[in-house]
Amino acid sequence: MKNWLRQHGLCFAGAIAQLARTPLASLLNIGVIGVALALPLAFYVVLVNVQNLSHDKSPVPQVSLFLALDAQAADTREIESLLKKHSSVAKIRYISRDQALADLKAKSGLADVIGALGGNPLPDGFVIDAKDNSAAALESLRDEFKKWPKVEHVQLDSAWARRLDAALQLGRLIVLVLGALLAFALVAVTFNTIRLQIVTQRDEIEVAKLIGATNPFIRRPFLYYGALLGLAGGLTGWLITLGGLHLLNGRLSGLSDLYGARLRLQHLSMPDTLSLCVFAAALGWLGAWLSASGNLAAFDPQ
Amino acid sequence: MVSFSQVTKRYPGGFEALKAVSLDIQPGEMVVITGHSGAGKSTLLKLMADIERPNTGTVLVNGQNVGTLRASAIPFLRRNFGLMFQDHKLLYDRSVYQNVMLPLNIIGYGAEDAAKRVRAALDKVGLLGKEKALPVTLSGGEQQRLAIARAIVHRPSILLADEPTANLDAAYAAELGELLRSFHQVGVTVIIATHDEQLAARLQPRRIVLDTGRVVS
Ligand SMILES: Nc1ncnc2c1ncn2[C@@H]1O[C@H](COP(=O)(O)OP(=O)(O)OP(=O)(O)O)[C@@H](O)[C@H]1O
Ligand SMILES: [Mg+2]
Repeated sequence: MKNWLRQHGLCFAGAIAQLARTPLASLLNIGVIGVALALPLAFYVVLVNVQNLSHDKSPVPQVSLFLALDAQAADTREIESLLKKHSSVAKIRYISRDQALADLKAKSGLADVIGALGGNPLPDGFVIDAKDNSAAALESLRDEFKKWPKVEHVQLDSAWARRLDAALQLGRLIVLVLGALLAFALVAVTFNTIRLQIVTQRDEIEVAKLIGATNPFIRRPFLYYGALLGLAGGLTGWLITLGGLHLLNGRLSGLSDLYGARLRLQHLSMPDTLSLCVFAAALGWLGAWLSASGNLAAFDPQ
Repeated sequence: MVSFSQVTKRYPGGFEALKAVSLDIQPGEMVVITGHSGAGKSTLLKLMADIERPNTGTVLVNGQNVGTLRASAIPFLRRNFGLMFQDHKLLYDRSVYQNVMLPLNIIGYGAEDAAKRVRAALDKVGLLGKEKALPVTLSGGEQQRLAIARAIVHRPSILLADEPTANLDAAYAAELGELLRSFHQVGVTVIIATHDEQLAARLQPRRIVLDTGRVVS
């Protein structure tokens, strides 16, 4: 056990020494991997933020229900009581046609035009908050309300929710595709780096094999190096994203003041950061493994 | 311990370096293989350690047919040997100490045990004072002795030495001969390939003479 630890400690020290031996090349490699990872990472971070925003801070999508113009006060009361009894309805607000007209006059500045109309062209209406705000639930409510007597028109605010959903789905797809492409880039970078190292350490590998080193033994320091490279690249990507967010949040705070809302993009959560590190290290390890396994076969006797 | 039967080795390009070679080497023997340059001495040693493989015939080491070993078994075969190469194959960017440590790291010795063995091996060849030196700063004789230290540090049962006295003057060569004899005396099977007649005469070993790939005596 102690011995086993010593073997791995030696490999780890070897990998660090290897990084330090060619500092510029190592830094450039880590930088390339960092930039490659920062791209999907930034996308992902924005995606997560938008998702959070749409979950807890957005105005609740609403259903607006308008009665027919010839509806009587009794019809209105009937609808109101139906709504109040309905199990999917969270809250309702009644807007009488007189109130609606007054609002319109006050807000639109069209008082003269509206005055010239003579009568009140607006119907009585209800604004309804549903308990379940998914697009599908809202649509089934709309279809139900439409069948009620004296209901002229039911309008849904779910269109934007659907659009957001679609946008988020597209975003997820983009993150996946970018992630896969750049994961491939990471593997390729480590593959090549390790291949070069094997070429420059030809003599050493040859001697080690001649005096009884197994392939796993020779491969091990390269695997450590690859994993270390991936990990360092992952952390660099994380830092780049952090820098980007910092810049963006500076801008957003100006916007926030303007709209009176608090807009701040959050960086990756702790579990996500951990997964990033593990993922990047694993990819580096994989690239090194592919490279070492492919390039060490040439040393065996024919 | 090592036995060849009807072994032929043809290198890529068609050149036959060994032709129908048969021989037996017993445990604890000291054997010197001589012959002109190009006779096939190095090739013979390489076949023993599975560095090259025979085209026909079989090479047995400790009863194992080395010509058919799986790649993953080769390292464990090679750990039976201490190998001194004609071109040394020292690592020139590592210190004397690290060069001798290499076989122990490969086999997986514990830190303290390994350090002790490295010192013992360096002491044996008289290089204890040069642990930290790089091999290029050593004389030819010292490099040769460093190669010996690396070959015997893990206490192999067979020592294969290819031209151990090349480039050494007579005094150094005599000293090195004594060193090799001392391993033989503690029971190591010592197999030496050389065209150094003086070395062969001094050690008075069993001799195998090669001529253009054939054993002539
Ligand atoms: N890798 C190789 N490819 C092709 N031919 C080779 C190879 N290695 C050795 N030979 C040839 O095989 C023959 C025997 O070589 P070997 O190295 O065994 O000779 P040797 O007896 O050790 O000679 P020396 O005393 O010069 O070291 C030589 O003619 C050499 O040219
Ligand atoms: Mg030779």
